Amino acid sequence: MDSVTLIGMASIIAAGLTIGIGSIGPALGEGRALAQALQAMAQQPDEANTITRTLFVGLAMVESTAIYCFVVSMILIFANPFWNHVVAKAGG
Amino acid sequence: MGISPDANVFLEWKFVVINATLVWTWLVMALMVLGSWLITRKLSSGPEISRFQNLLEVIVDYTRSQIGEIARRQPERFLPFIGSLFLFIAVSNLLGIIPGFEPPTGSLSTTTGLAICVFAAVPLFGMTSRGLGPYLKQYLKPSPFMLPFNVIGELSRTLALAVRLFGNVMSGAKIVAILLAITPIIFPVVMQLFGLLTGIIQAYIFAILATVYIASGMRARSNKTGQEKGDSPDG
Repeated sequence: MDSVTLIGMASIIAAGLTIGIGSIGPALGEGRALAQALQAMAQQPDEANTITRTLFVGLAMVESTAIYCFVVSMILIFANPFWNHVVAKAGG
Repeated sequence: MGISPDANVFLEWKFVVINATLVWTWLVMALMVLGSWLITRKLSSGPEISRFQNLLEVIVDYTRSQIGEIARRQPERFLPFIGSLFLFIAVSNLLGIIPGFEPPTGSLSTTTGLAICVFAAVPLFGMTSRGLGPYLKQYLKPSPFMLPFNVIGELSRTLALAVRLFGNVMSGAKIVAILLAITPIIFPVVMQLFGLLTGIIQAYIFAILATVYIASGMRARSNKTGQEKGDSPDG
């Protein structure tokens, strides 16, 4: 196999693994945070506003780890620097 | 299919490149400036107000109360900056449902620019409210050994702010594009509806995080006698 095939194969496999493994943790964490927030809201409905706001901010922060994984996998597929380097070298 | 609207170049002349991000950013800015100029041209304080004045009053009042609750101080100083950030991100995310419009917030250049604004605003607000010395001294707390980590924390949260917004908006657009290829009937519309919700929430979160960062940079003033509150959250 030449290096272009190898890099393409490795990038696609790595992109799938990145988003697959990287979304496990945030999914568990978000579910847990949501369950706790619901429990807190059931116990103290008066504080629902504050809890909801904090929940949204917290969820966004938990989610950002999954978003980083997504950005990395998108870079691997659409804007791969190694791929561009090899293709540029082969062309020029 | 590219990763950002930056690659979509409309016009190129020497070193000046007009790409989709620039065009849509200026469109959003023009829309907002024109809209607020038209609405605030004839304001009334009587019982009869136009519905657009009502809309603006609701937005401004809600932003004020939210900033006041989060920062726990007078919201007037933050209102222009935070409000502009929120409105710009919200309008560009919402306009994303118009076919052909690519949200400028889906480009890493725009979100980096916004995050750098927040990065610069934190010391500016902190220094004007506390003075140069006390502000810089907070980097040496709790001990001078923490200086590099405080600086790294400042930089990494700016990066996180930019990448979070970019990733969320870009992922929404990508998911719609992928679904169009697989199930082009109903599901892209559902995901676009979901994108509206995510867009507003992301704008809200960006504004809230900016408020939290700025307020944590100027915190010692309001509770000088009490103990300092917990460290600012980093994304």
